[in-house]
Amino acid sequence: MNKRIFLDPLFKNNPIPVLALGICSALAVTVKLEPAMVMALSVTLVTGFSSMILSLLRNTIPNRIRIIVQLVVVATLVILVDQVLKAFAWEISKQLSVFVGLIITNCIIMGRIEAFALYNKPFPSLVDGLANGLGYGIILIAVSVVRELLGSGTLMGYQVIPQQWYVANGGVYENNGLFILPPMALIILGLIVWVFNAKNAKRV
Amino acid sequence: MDNGKRNGNIYTIVYAALMVVLVAALLTFASQLLKPRQVANMMAETQRSILRSVHLESQPYEKYISDTVAGPDQLPLFICTLDDGTRKYIIPLHGKGLWGPLWGYLALNDDFRTIYGAVFDHSSETPGLGAEIANPFFSEPFRGKSLYSGDEFVSISVLKQGHSQNNPHAVDGISGGTLTSRGVENMIRESLEPYLPFLRHYE
Repeated sequence: MNKRIFLDPLFKNNPIPVLALGICSALAVTVKLEPAMVMALSVTLVTGFSSMILSLLRNTIPNRIRIIVQLVVVATLVILVDQVLKAFAWEISKQLSVFVGLIITNCIIMGRIEAFALYNKPFPSLVDGLANGLGYGIILIAVSVVRELLGSGTLMGYQVIPQQWYVANGGVYENNGLFILPPMALIILGLIVWVFNAKNAKRV
Repeated sequence: MDNGKRNGNIYTIVYAALMVVLVAALLTFASQLLKPRQVANMMAETQRSILRSVHLESQPYEKYISDTVAGPDQLPLFICTLDDGTRKYIIPLHGKGLWGPLWGYLALNDDFRTIYGAVFDHSSETPGLGAEIANPFFSEPFRGKSLYSGDEFVSISVLKQGHSQNNPHAVDGISGGTLTSRGVENMIRESLEPYLPFLRHYE
């Protein structure tokens, strides 16, 4: 049971291509691989722990302010992540600055709380949250590898495409600036959605 | 707990009030606990940037840099004394980028006309485009450029990539980061202007 809860969001029900959640930030933070990875990690921690905490509280939450309670828990966790990064991982927190705050608006988190954590025990909720965060992370990393490689010729900031290939150095190659811009993220994401849909169609 | 009670007004209000107080206490506690480390990180970052602007990265700050103020308006100024005794004057810069604030440090030679070094940083420029201003490949070409044409203050222009060759008052901008590049140009001009009387006076 827990194994299925964990594996499902990674491929068959991946939040981005299949459930179409969290697409906004997948477009925004995928220009470079490194911030995409830290973002994936932060979202995974926040989805995991917010799902667990709200699952613990699920029998006490007043129905009418349900969404507000969820928001408060998520926002608290995000602020804590931001503060801890600022204290212990200054460089990374500088790179992510605005994106950390944007975790609050990531639809995956509220989506999993509403759909899963409020009806399940804490441990499965934690697993579900972590797995959905990881599923989100896989897509983020896939998109950012393509974008950084073709848009900047680097990976994790290191030059991958040999310098002598470039037109400036007498070669024939040029970085494709379109990959740095958001529309290309949408196109890459579209291709990924296509692959996932084709696979899932076969399974049915 | 049964559902009827959970939907009552009093229960809802008390629940919300308790939650808010608890969360506020937790966040205050965390912020107080982490503040010393955050402030230390911030100070270290400033000192690193200042040292970078005079090409003394990872040297002890106290050994080279002294803080002071310039002119009657008490403008902040950092003076760097190099090993050979020459002095560089470092001026802090503040400006606006495309999405948020920009800042940096500009080190001048003791002729107060030519640039010895520069560093730039930003809080939220586009990664891969405007954010590239923080990289040495952008700030390094500022070295040796001149702020004055004859006696006239012309500042430094940030031009379209490839258009600044042989121009002593311009550097290359970042393609795709035009608004941020323009922000750097404006920041340098606007931050230096209050210092101009002081720079004249020293010449």
